[in-house]
Amino acid sequence: MSSANHAPPNNPPAIRTDELCRHYRMGETVIRAVDGVTLEVGAGEFVALLGSSGSGKSSVLNLIAGLDRPTSGKVMVHDRNLAELSREELARYRLHTVGMVFQSFNLIPTMNLVENVELPMRFAEIERGKRDNLAREALRRVGLKTRMNHRPNELSGGEQQRAALARALINRPQLLLADEPTGNLDSHTGTEILNLVGEFNQQLGMTVVMVTHERALAERYAQRLIFLADGKLVGDDRNPALVSSGRAEERR
Amino acid sequence: MKLPDLAELAVRNLRESVLRNSLTTLGISVGVASLVAMLSLGIGLQQLASRRLMKSGLFDTVVVSSRRDLRNFNRDQERTGPAPGESRILDEPTRQEIEHMPNVLEADPDIRFITELRFEDKPHLTMVAALPASAQSTDAFDALEGHFFSSDTAPEVVIQKSFAAELLGKTAKSGDDETKVPTLAAPLLGKELTMRYAQRATSQSSASIVAGDHPTSDQDLAGAAYSVVSREIKLKIVGVADLDPESMRGPTRARVFLPLKLAEGLHVMQPTDLREISRAASDQPVYSSVNVRVRNPSQVQTVEDGIKKMGFNTFSILDASRSIQQFFKVLDVFLGIFGSLALAVAFIGIVNTLVMAILERRREIGIMKAIGASDGDVKRLFFAEAGAMGILGGIVGVALGWGLGQVINLGTNVYLRRQSFPPEHFWSVPWWLVAFAILFSLVVSLAAGLYPAGRAARLDPVEALRYE
Repeated sequence: MSSANHAPPNNPPAIRTDELCRHYRMGETVIRAVDGVTLEVGAGEFVALLGSSGSGKSSVLNLIAGLDRPTSGKVMVHDRNLAELSREELARYRLHTVGMVFQSFNLIPTMNLVENVELPMRFAEIERGKRDNLAREALRRVGLKTRMNHRPNELSGGEQQRAALARALINRPQLLLADEPTGNLDSHTGTEILNLVGEFNQQLGMTVVMVTHERALAERYAQRLIFLADGKLVGDDRNPALVSSGRAEERR
Repeated sequence: MKLPDLAELAVRNLRESVLRNSLTTLGISVGVASLVAMLSLGIGLQQLASRRLMKSGLFDTVVVSSRRDLRNFNRDQERTGPAPGESRILDEPTRQEIEHMPNVLEADPDIRFITELRFEDKPHLTMVAALPASAQSTDAFDALEGHFFSSDTAPEVVIQKSFAAELLGKTAKSGDDETKVPTLAAPLLGKELTMRYAQRATSQSSASIVAGDHPTSDQDLAGAAYSVVSREIKLKIVGVADLDPESMRGPTRARVFLPLKLAEGLHVMQPTDLREISRAASDQPVYSSVNVRVRNPSQVQTVEDGIKKMGFNTFSILDASRSIQQFFKVLDVFLGIFGSLALAVAFIGIVNTLVMAILERRREIGIMKAIGASDGDVKRLFFAEAGAMGILGGIVGVALGWGLGQVINLGTNVYLRRQSFPPEHFWSVPWWLVAFAILFSLVVSLAAGLYPAGRAARLDPVEALRYE
């Protein structure tokens, strides 16, 4: 499953950013976390965002996830400009359109796995009677059949990330956004998690954007690699002009 | 998020840091308890006072006298209305008319006369008055030694303790402790008094007129004749009263009391009889005054106005009970303010606990937002937590306050009993106060949750998730 074997998808874009900027003000200085990023991600594509720390890759992901708002520019997801949505609409967008996994798993420590997976369904006001079954089904699917009533701190990192995946997918989102999903895992477990992500991408046709700095993993699972440095797009598999400089950036 | 989910999450969050939240809830409970304690004390005292006032018989009574009676209570009344000579006579039909007025419980003739009572062959001159059966419930007879009249016609007397002392030949020296009623009553109860009195007997000629259909006033005048007969009756002493049931009456107050119907049947010669000889010649009695008992002190004014329109003089203690109620309303407000101080402290406690919870659960809030919780969801969750603490604190607080009241009531009654006062129930927690206290606790807690909930809702998820 190498990215080189995949032809560039010709589906309509799921995500399109246009001169996307996110600047932070820290006292007198302005930090340009994202500085004019323009890119398109097709529906059903598995894209990896690569770059060193501070390159702005997580900031781009947060903007696509609707957790943050751009300073300028556009983020279009399925033809909706996230910058124009109200806080309430953004919350609904995060609830129904996006599933997120994080480096530190971000399960709620006081809830067992079933309750953690159930939580997005509570916000989506899904009927009480259906929720428990759906949550258990999702946990079975990621191989946590025997761990359902455990709390996160009773589980290994890999198990926690599987539960986080189950939670991210419970409301059947179209986008799966992963922020360093293997960052806290050993390589074996990391591979398992990305196998799962790959399955969801292929079987459910879900668009996946994964932020990582592990190039090897990205090359193995993603169909397309995008490189960022200092908040700018510096390389793209589908845009050879950028690839060389991007790869140079990575190798440095 | 739906309400059951909110409640469930709120309760589980509260259980997660159970010590801190219990302490906060206990703070609310103490606040509510002090509020309940203060208010129920106020309400209880008010009920006690109005019970006492009602029993005193002062505030629900209108004294009616004929304008012909020269002993007027009020000079204004003398100047207005018909001249005394032309006004109505306060006789039996008039008494019945007054008794049938709305809101009037009863109208009893005031029968009193000074006469001689013999006890163990020694004469004693004193004022004798008749009491209706309803007088039994006034507080004057709370400390009655013996018992009240066995019936309204029984040949029995209740005597006031000063007369009892006189009968026994004891004169109270000034500065001495008053003799206790039981000591006075013991040698007197069951003994007989002989009362001498002047009976007014209608002469034969006027009796024949009464037998006729409707005597005209001319006939009345023609037949006016009385004879006065000296009589004696033996009366049994059944009770000795501590307080004076007629403390309002001043110089005309009585020390010996007869049942009303018995007294009426005696036809004792009254001062008014002499005055009315020329007019009311029939056998119908004429009264110097009638005591009207009104259902409720607030209706005294209306009844009084009605009787005045009939052409009589009236007297009552108006407004006193109303101003006492006003006093208690003010007292309630003050007690409520003191009680609320503790609740204000609890308010700050809730704010503190929830703000701490936000700092602690920053990450959790960030996660919830990342997986799709809206600002409103987060806000409502914190509100629900505040509300849950409020309701729980309210319930525990009401229970605490009630228990506290019971303990104080019990303690005070033990003290009262030692001082040989009758026990009193001056603590009252009405149901509306229970409901109000819990509701108030909820409202205070929600108000305390306002700021923390808003702050939690505005939390930036990116910031919150970065925070480790």
